[in-house]
Parts: sequence; structure tokens; C-alpha cells
Amino acid sequence: MSKVKSIEEAVSLIKDGMTVMVAGFLGVGTPESIVDAMIERGIKDLTIISSDTAFPEVGVGKLIVNKMAKKVIASHIGTNPETGRQMNEGEIEVLLTPQGTFVEQIRCAGAGLGGFLTPTGLGTMVEQGKQKIKIENKEYLLELPLKADVALLKGAKVDKKGNIYYDKAARNFNPIMAMAADLVIVEAEEIVEVGQIEPNDVMTPGIFVDVIVKGDK
Amino acid sequence: MDKDRVKEIIAKRVAKELKDGDVVNLGIGLPTMVANYVPEEIEVILQSENGFVGMGPAPEKGKEIKNLVNAGGMPVTLKPGAAFFDSATSFAIIRGGHVDVTVLGALQVDEKGNLANWMIPGKLVPGMGGAMDLVVGAKKVIVSMVHTAKGKPKILKECNLPLTAEGQVDLIVTEMGVIEVTDKGLALKEINPEFTIEDVQAATEAKLIIPENLKEMEV
Repeated sequence: MSKVKSIEEAVSLIKDGMTVMVAGFLGVGTPESIVDAMIERGIKDLTIISSDTAFPEVGVGKLIVNKMAKKVIASHIGTNPETGRQMNEGEIEVLLTPQGTFVEQIRCAGAGLGGFLTPTGLGTMVEQGKQKIKIENKEYLLELPLKADVALLKGAKVDKKGNIYYDKAARNFNPIMAMAADLVIVEAEEIVEVGQIEPNDVMTPGIFVDVIVKGDK
Repeated sequence: MDKDRVKEIIAKRVAKELKDGDVVNLGIGLPTMVANYVPEEIEVILQSENGFVGMGPAPEKGKEIKNLVNAGGMPVTLKPGAAFFDSATSFAIIRGGHVDVTVLGALQVDEKGNLANWMIPGKLVPGMGGAMDLVVGAKKVIVSMVHTAKGKPKILKECNLPLTAEGQVDLIVTEMGVIEVTDKGLALKEINPEFTIEDVQAATEAKLIIPENLKEMEV
């Protein structure tokens, strides 16, 4: 069965109320064409898991501006004033997590791990409600896995088996989120034939990818 | 003192803390300027938490490279030997003690080396981004900031804003001087000759330890 689908077909798999991971860092490495198609479809009540909420006109920022989220889990929202406004007005819930903890939580979910111990956040608001564990006299916070119904990725080149090659700093959260969702959709700048990405150059193996769409952004 | 001059003094002084071969993460804003003053004879490797080492300066206008931005989203370039990686690797570098020096700004810092720089409750909640991991993981944490905010001290006995981390700050560099966090409290190591010890203490809530060999800060 071919993994290549139209954007409309792919986006129809994302339902109201789902938890959606969106890759990218301030919009770099975010699948913009999928984001736009989600806005067109008017999906709502999403829990969005993303490093940041980018800018109002960019990436995840557009999902926030169009009021499609009920909850956001992120490490930084400062570049998008609309996220702060919706949070202050009580329109959305925002959970802020240190970026290193955030990505490791996602990695744990994808890697079959029940959690991990980190010194990050000790003595801060981040430790609230979390178990502290001492290992060899050093204290750590127990952080739990973070998984999603859908992960949305962006690749520079994607072959028809779903093998992905990323460009420069657009890699960021993509390979990690690829492992941590039930349904993984990648937007390709370019879809190529199998074999056109050298096995050595594959950054995310195609076995993680369910759906491939061609982006137009 | 002129604002640009203040920033220049701070950035120049922080740059002197860097050693040849250091892996360094510079925060957004003033810390980013430190890169402009790294002595030519040493090489530092800049880490950008969005996924690479070997970051170079901003490109000329019109020569921006797609997908090559720093952690503030601004276009940058690469130096020879640069490498890209995913975010889990990036934070393994950061949390795992592979960053020698991190330079960050602060809203408040106190005599125990506590740092607050990620939120002002009810006013400003940008989030911590990578800051909490950086200050916990880096071997040396340097706070670079203007000494006061609207005339009010930012170097306190105890931070009252939500903390970024407990007891992780090693050095504070401002336009007035260089302050080291020690077991006994904050020690003024160097002073900008444009100020007196009394000036610096008056702008600092925490009691400063004044060593006998107080040095002049090169400005």
C-alpha cells in the first residue's frame, strides 16, 4: 500500500480533540502545508505538543491564532503574543517544560521507556507534583514519557518508503517525534523514488512513517 | 553610560572568560554579542540548542541560508567543522556536561548563585526554553547583564521571581564589575574604574565581599 497521500486525505486523519505533536523550532522544520490544511479543515480542541508556538504567522503559531488548541505543551511561547494572551484569558491551558526534558519525554515514549531522571528543574516550579529520586546521593526529578496520537514532520527529501533526509537545523525535533505517535505524517519538500536517498544518509527510517504528503511551501 | 557602551563592556569582558577549544552556548540578546569579542588567537565552538555546533556570525544581507538560524530564529552561518544533530542529541550535549560555558541574561541572580530569568508571574511568561537545562548542565554558568533594572538591584540576597535553577551561577559580569559566586557569598573580583566600591554596593542588594586584591576591570 502506498504511503503517499494527498494533503487533504492526510489531514482528514486528524480528528477534533486529538493530541498532535508538531516538529520544528520557531517554525524551522515545521510542515507548513499540513498546518495550513488543518486550518482550512477547521480541526479543533487539539492538544499541541511542540517546542514553541513560533510566530503568529508561522508554523504552530497559526494553529494558535486560529484557536484550534485547547492545550499546549511547549518549552517557550514568548515569540507568539497570541499564545500568552489566550493563556492569560483562560482560553487555553499551557504547560511549560524545559526543552531538554520535553524532547527526552518524547524520546522515552518512542523508545519504550517508562521515564527518566533529570537534574533539570530541581528547586524550581518544574518540580511541582513530581517524584524526586536520589541516585548515588544526587537528586533527580522523575519525568514521564510524552506521546501523541499524531506526529507531523517535515523532511527535505522523503522516499516512497518514508525514509527521511532533513536539511540543516530543520532536523531538530523531527526524528524524535517520528517515534512517539500512533500516526506519523511527513510533509516532503521533495518526494523521491526508493533508493534515491542512500541508506547511510537516512535520518529517520521509513518504518516510523505512515503517511507522506508533498508540501507546497 | 550609553546603552551600547554598557553592552560592549559586558560582552568584551565575558569573552575573556573563554578558552581555546571551549564549547560555548550564548543566550539571546547581550550574550550573543560575546562572539564578536572572542580573541582571534583562540577558537571557541558555539553550540546552538536548535541543533548544531560550529555556529558562525550573521550572514550578509541577502545571503541568508534556508534552515540555518540560531536559537532566536535569526539567520547565522557555519564555521568549518560544524555539525548538525537532532534536539535529543543537542540536549544530551547540554545536560550531559559537554558544554564548557553558557552565557545567559538574568532578571535576578542572588548570593547563593540562584538564577531567575524565565518568567514574571502575571506579567511575562515566555517560558524557559533551554535555559534550565543549560544552567544545570554547563560546566560554567556566566550571567551577563546590565547591573540594575530601572535603577533597581537585580543582584539580590534572595531571588523572589520563579527560579531557573538553584545554585548554578558561577560568575556575574555587569558594566560595573565582575562578581564571583563563592561559598561565602558574592565576591567582587574586578571593578570598572568609572565606579567606586560604594557605587557597586549601592546598586547591589546582596552584600559584596571585597577582596584585598580587587582588580580593575579592563574596559
